[in-house]
Amino acid sequence: MDAILEFAWLLFRIVLFTLLPLILLVAYYTYAERKVIGAMQSRIGPNRVGPLGLFQPFADVIKLLLKEIILPKEANRYLFLIAPILAIAPAFGVWAVVPVGDGLVWADLNAGVLYILALSSMGVYGIILAGWASNSKYALLGAMRAAAQMVSYEIALGFSLLGVMILAGSLNLQAIVNAQSGGMLDWYWLPLLPMFLIFFISALAETNRAPFDMAEGESEIVAGFHVDYAGASFAVFFLAEYANMILMSALTAIFFFGGWLSPFEGWAFLGDSWLRDSSIFWFLAKLIFFMFNFLWIRATFPRYRYDQVMRLGWKIFIPIAMVWMLVAALFVFNGIVVRGA
Amino acid sequence: MKKIVRYFKSLLMIELFQGLSVTIKHMFKPKVTVFYPEEKIPKSNRFRGIPALRRYPNGEERCIACKLCEAACPALAITIDSEMRDDGTRRTTLYEIDLFKCVFCGFCEESCPVDSIVLTDFADYHMEDPKESVLDKQQLLALGDRFEESISKNRQQDAAYR
Repeated sequence: MDAILEFAWLLFRIVLFTLLPLILLVAYYTYAERKVIGAMQSRIGPNRVGPLGLFQPFADVIKLLLKEIILPKEANRYLFLIAPILAIAPAFGVWAVVPVGDGLVWADLNAGVLYILALSSMGVYGIILAGWASNSKYALLGAMRAAAQMVSYEIALGFSLLGVMILAGSLNLQAIVNAQSGGMLDWYWLPLLPMFLIFFISALAETNRAPFDMAEGESEIVAGFHVDYAGASFAVFFLAEYANMILMSALTAIFFFGGWLSPFEGWAFLGDSWLRDSSIFWFLAKLIFFMFNFLWIRATFPRYRYDQVMRLGWKIFIPIAMVWMLVAALFVFNGIVVRGA
Repeated sequence: MKKIVRYFKSLLMIELFQGLSVTIKHMFKPKVTVFYPEEKIPKSNRFRGIPALRRYPNGEERCIACKLCEAACPALAITIDSEMRDDGTRRTTLYEIDLFKCVFCGFCEESCPVDSIVLTDFADYHMEDPKESVLDKQQLLALGDRFEESISKNRQQDAAYR
């Protein structure tokens, strides 16, 4: 009985402190996306529902949940319904090892990076199954594109993380963040600048976001793998995409921008200001900055051609990441960057 | 040499950052959106919107059923029937305009000898049933009464050019 109660209490805390804020963040991320992209295109964006359109996400959610879930006649109904769940589960599951502050993490795995890589590659299954189960050529083509792209960019993503592992000497995310302490010049973005760019651009490709949104390619294949989804099942895919974007922003902040560490840690002239204290505030600030970058990039760049995406991933990112891995190793070897400190 | 410059340009993503700077600049520029139902942009005094029938200031309808507008209408949108009224004047008993046929060319207004049929500057109307597209005489007169102010103002402003 006690064990059950304890489990329920844990579940309650997980929902309250991670799941609920995450879903709210996704809701307002969609709002922010429309506002930011609108502003960048000299428009206003949603402004009708509530003050400044702030209730727009709720209107959208209610609309999506009230709509019918359409099961195509030719679709494989079990896979069709499992696919969105498979897409969203990894996006939420990874948060188990993501530290949002010093010690603020659900599972302090010593192989956290491996867990992240393993779970994030699970996301491909949701997309492939969605495309396959829909039994539609557009969905299948979209799923093939998305899967090929995600698999290719995962390699570049993994290679760029190797640099972080070499410098930090650990796979534990808390240890990686702590290894970056000492102010913003000690963060890994500086010694691993190409790795950071590769990681972030690969993250764009991993989440199938513009300019790598071939999987959606509305001008070519309607909407891609989720073309046959409607109502709540579509909402889950939508949620998964944005949750993945938030996750990738968080990971960028942790691996290359010192997670919850303050950028002004070593700046003694600031005195005892709260700005010098490492706190969850800094993590959120970095998170929001990278989330904004996703939108900024979407508002700026046109969609890549498919062969160019593959070329960028295989012929540019992977070689650069491999070379810079050696450079990172040399940094450690020569003591330019002290390993794990 | 050109190739090398190009190579480094693409490697350092210079052009991409230029693009990003353009979008971020636009983000902070003031927006010029007109909040449509609340705000409207000014219309020309020659704007041709929904048709209406006018009255004289004493309340008498202007239309004398000469049927020139019916003849001038290129879309055959106007249907007129007339009869002698008790005071011996010729008046319309039927005056209908089908808004689905009407092309808002304004020829009816040009042909009217008594400035009865006019096109108002009111364009954002709607109907909930396709049958409502046919405006009868009473509706047209009501429209005329409703927009008389703007109709006469626009005619006055344009009078020098006619």
